[in-house]
Amino acid sequence: MMRVAVRRLLTGVVLLFVVSGVSFILLALTPGDAARAIVGIDASHSEYERVRQQLGLDLPLPDQYWRWLWQAVHGNFGASVVTQQPVREAIDQRLSVTASLIVGSLLVILVLGVAFGVFSAVRGGVAGKLVDAFALGAFAVPAFWLGEVLITVFAVKLHWLPAIGYVPFAQSPMGWLESLVLPVLALAAGGVAAIARQTREAMLEALGSEYVRMARATGISRGSILFRHAFRNAALRVVTVLGWIFVGLLGGTVFVESVFGLPGMGGLAVTAATDHDVPLIQGVVVYFTLLVVVVNALIDLLYRWLDPRLRVG
Amino acid sequence: MSTGAVPVDGLAGTVRTANSPRFFRRLVRQRLALVCLVYLAIVVLLGIIAPLALPGISNEQAGNLLAVRQGPSAAHLLGTDTLGRDVLERLLVGTRITVVGVAEALVVILLLGVPVGLVAGYFGGWLDRIAMWLADLSFAVPGIVVVLMVLSVFPESMFAAMVTYGVLVAPMLTRVVRAAVLPVRQELYISAAQASGLSRTYVISRHVLPRVAGPIVVQASFLAALALLAQTGLAFLGLLVRAPSPSWGGMVADGANVIILQPWLIWPPGIAIALTILALGLLGDSVRDALTETWAPPVHSVRHRGGLTRGASPIEQVRDLSALLSVRGLRIEFTSGPGRDVCAVDDVTFDVYASETVGLIGESGCGKTATAMSVLGLLPGTGRVKAGAIYFEGRDLTALREAELHSIRGGAIALVSQEPMVSFNPTLRVGTQLAEVVRRHTGLTRAAARSRVLELFRRVHLPAPEVVARRYPHELSGGMAQRVALARALAGEPKLLIADEPTTALDVTVQAEILELFRELQRESRMAILLITHDWGVVADICDRAIVLYAGQIVERAPLLAMFREPMHPYTKALLAANPHGAHGKQVLPSIPGVVPPPGQWPQGCHFYDRCSYATSACGQGPISLQAVGEGRVSRCIHTDRLTVAQ
Repeated sequence: MMRVAVRRLLTGVVLLFVVSGVSFILLALTPGDAARAIVGIDASHSEYERVRQQLGLDLPLPDQYWRWLWQAVHGNFGASVVTQQPVREAIDQRLSVTASLIVGSLLVILVLGVAFGVFSAVRGGVAGKLVDAFALGAFAVPAFWLGEVLITVFAVKLHWLPAIGYVPFAQSPMGWLESLVLPVLALAAGGVAAIARQTREAMLEALGSEYVRMARATGISRGSILFRHAFRNAALRVVTVLGWIFVGLLGGTVFVESVFGLPGMGGLAVTAATDHDVPLIQGVVVYFTLLVVVVNALIDLLYRWLDPRLRVG
Repeated sequence: MSTGAVPVDGLAGTVRTANSPRFFRRLVRQRLALVCLVYLAIVVLLGIIAPLALPGISNEQAGNLLAVRQGPSAAHLLGTDTLGRDVLERLLVGTRITVVGVAEALVVILLLGVPVGLVAGYFGGWLDRIAMWLADLSFAVPGIVVVLMVLSVFPESMFAAMVTYGVLVAPMLTRVVRAAVLPVRQELYISAAQASGLSRTYVISRHVLPRVAGPIVVQASFLAALALLAQTGLAFLGLLVRAPSPSWGGMVADGANVIILQPWLIWPPGIAIALTILALGLLGDSVRDALTETWAPPVHSVRHRGGLTRGASPIEQVRDLSALLSVRGLRIEFTSGPGRDVCAVDDVTFDVYASETVGLIGESGCGKTATAMSVLGLLPGTGRVKAGAIYFEGRDLTALREAELHSIRGGAIALVSQEPMVSFNPTLRVGTQLAEVVRRHTGLTRAAARSRVLELFRRVHLPAPEVVARRYPHELSGGMAQRVALARALAGEPKLLIADEPTTALDVTVQAEILELFRELQRESRMAILLITHDWGVVADICDRAIVLYAGQIVERAPLLAMFREPMHPYTKALLAANPHGAHGKQVLPSIPGVVPPPGQWPQGCHFYDRCSYATSACGQGPISLQAVGEGRVSRCIHTDRLTVAQ
């Protein structure tokens, strides 16, 4: 079990090398000069030199990478070119917003996705078709547009929930919850569809299996067959796609945080991209990758713990 | 739905390779796929034509400023935006940037994903491992954020953004292509093509690629939908397109800015995006459906209350009241297509008495298992009892309600299956699984059920019952698993045990032990056993009487010794002759020419007609009925006299 976790984390380290390396190659590929691209044509020479030095562009590329990596390992991702705020500080400030959004969405996705999937697999017929249609619809609607529609209906028309903005939990738990409802729904919809579909297929497969046939031949109740036997096995397959869901959610924060004006990491990435703030967005990419690596390792452990066949005795 | 960017892995797993011409015909027949294709073609055409037909739109800074934010009208079918420009015109012209962006990503995805997948799947080895490792790496990269990073270096370069996105998602296609190539590579004609000296490039491009085209289309349409989400999302964020130039995503953003004043404006571009994604998604689904046989087993099979068939053999209609199980004129049908019912078991009649063992013997596909499962009311898929009756302790099981049957299953009638290992839930300890069955049939408490399980384990001679109870199914050997399965069957103190090829998957030595166990248990409990097998050795070892099934019908039923000594049906005789247990030394084992005709293709008259060496024209005329041919035995043959003479 530990060996698997260690291997996962090692792969993650390699991944971080690759991602950060690629971001440097990107800089090297920048037509002309990255510093010039960042400060713009009209900037003064001293401004240009300052950015150039700040980026370490006066050094050879491998040296630059090595310098950045050394700093990054120590938790220092440099400072924003635009605001001069240290990248780490900027990210840390916004982490809790994104975390609230993602954890909330994961909960919604798991509860609704699994419920819809099981219902559709077991009931079939019209109810099953409805769930399938919903899954298809939720797949087709982009999160950013769904966010705007939710704002139109629940904020502008009904005045039930705030349209934009974030209230920290410490300030007002109720306000925090209210500020998260619409963003979570917009972010979760696609994941609900994906999990519903996956659950449905896994349930149908489990229900057609030999051990379910035998369980029925032993007279075990229908409820036990569905949930204790079939669902337990179907859940394994659902767990395998959680990693994808998580990566998808991270990407989704970019759009959803922009729509709802949430001060999170996704919004930060958009601001950085708009401002050509390369150190800042590098920091976000590395942070996100790190998160994915850790979460994937956790999911792997969970999977191994759930499936006795993979447990190391 | 950038949120649920989930490549449902099942897509890759369940998709069969396409058999090209038939596959495309089937695809075109699906109206939905056609509608999607037509819609997508229109979108692409609009992307090409609209900017040419409406040249001023992409640079139009402002329209009629006296008519801003208007709803739909005759002059402006989709209304006007916040600068008084016609929404429909902008929507049409904005199609181009989306089409171009998706095309850029798709080209990269195909150029990268298909060759790498083909090479990884075809050559295997370290090439495969490296490709899959890289793919795994890329799955952990938060794609959209990396694209943002690229955009921060190459501002407003959609080309750079979409190419990066394509590179990042291409591994999803690689995996699917690889998975589809693996089975194709194993096929004979591929190695034949290679052996005949054709170059690998030729074999891959001419023989392998066409076979994996279907899965590629499925996954590519899914990835195109993802690319479209990314493109419109980035345009929404204002990162791809410079101001007056229209784009679908940008129009949603424009509408969002005035959402309180004119909520209508987000709808036209949003619906355009959603419809296009829907078309791509549905296209993928239809292709997948055309590739896979959809088979979703219902949780409960349909049961049919039937009486006796009119065609049943006359001597067989009398029901033996002293029998434990009395099957009369059983007919089982499966639905193979709309309105197409196929008979799998026809006019099967037999009895099983307490404490005896009856063998149900025949080649695969004769209807042995269907007959046995119908007793439990557990016919798979579309199977149902069409006619006949199954009396158990005086009650007709085919007329019982599900709930009544439910209490009999695992109780008075228990089942042991061919593959004990897969007959247990892989995620639960076997002790836990048995305790559940015990509690179901005895109402014992948890603790009492646990000790009852150990007792059952001792009865089937499992060493160290406590240890076995804590094991998971995959931790058992085949013989142990069959003992556990037997213990599970005994949990409800059954009066009838149905054993479906209980020893087929086991080693010969273990086989003998299990059969001995059957005998021992029977001595202890007066339990009757209905044993399904194709192995005469097993029948000889344990059965009192044997029933021979051929192509859905009983051809002979007799006490065991009598049948061995003097088979009264050509099929029984041929089957006995083909028995490897009876062969000596260098003797060539005789075999029956031909194969069992599958359900739906049975001959008019005797089902064995085509393979029988005794057949005369009379045999093919019409249905042959069972006739008594001695003390307690029947045969479905009109030439029994010739058979006995020949012996």
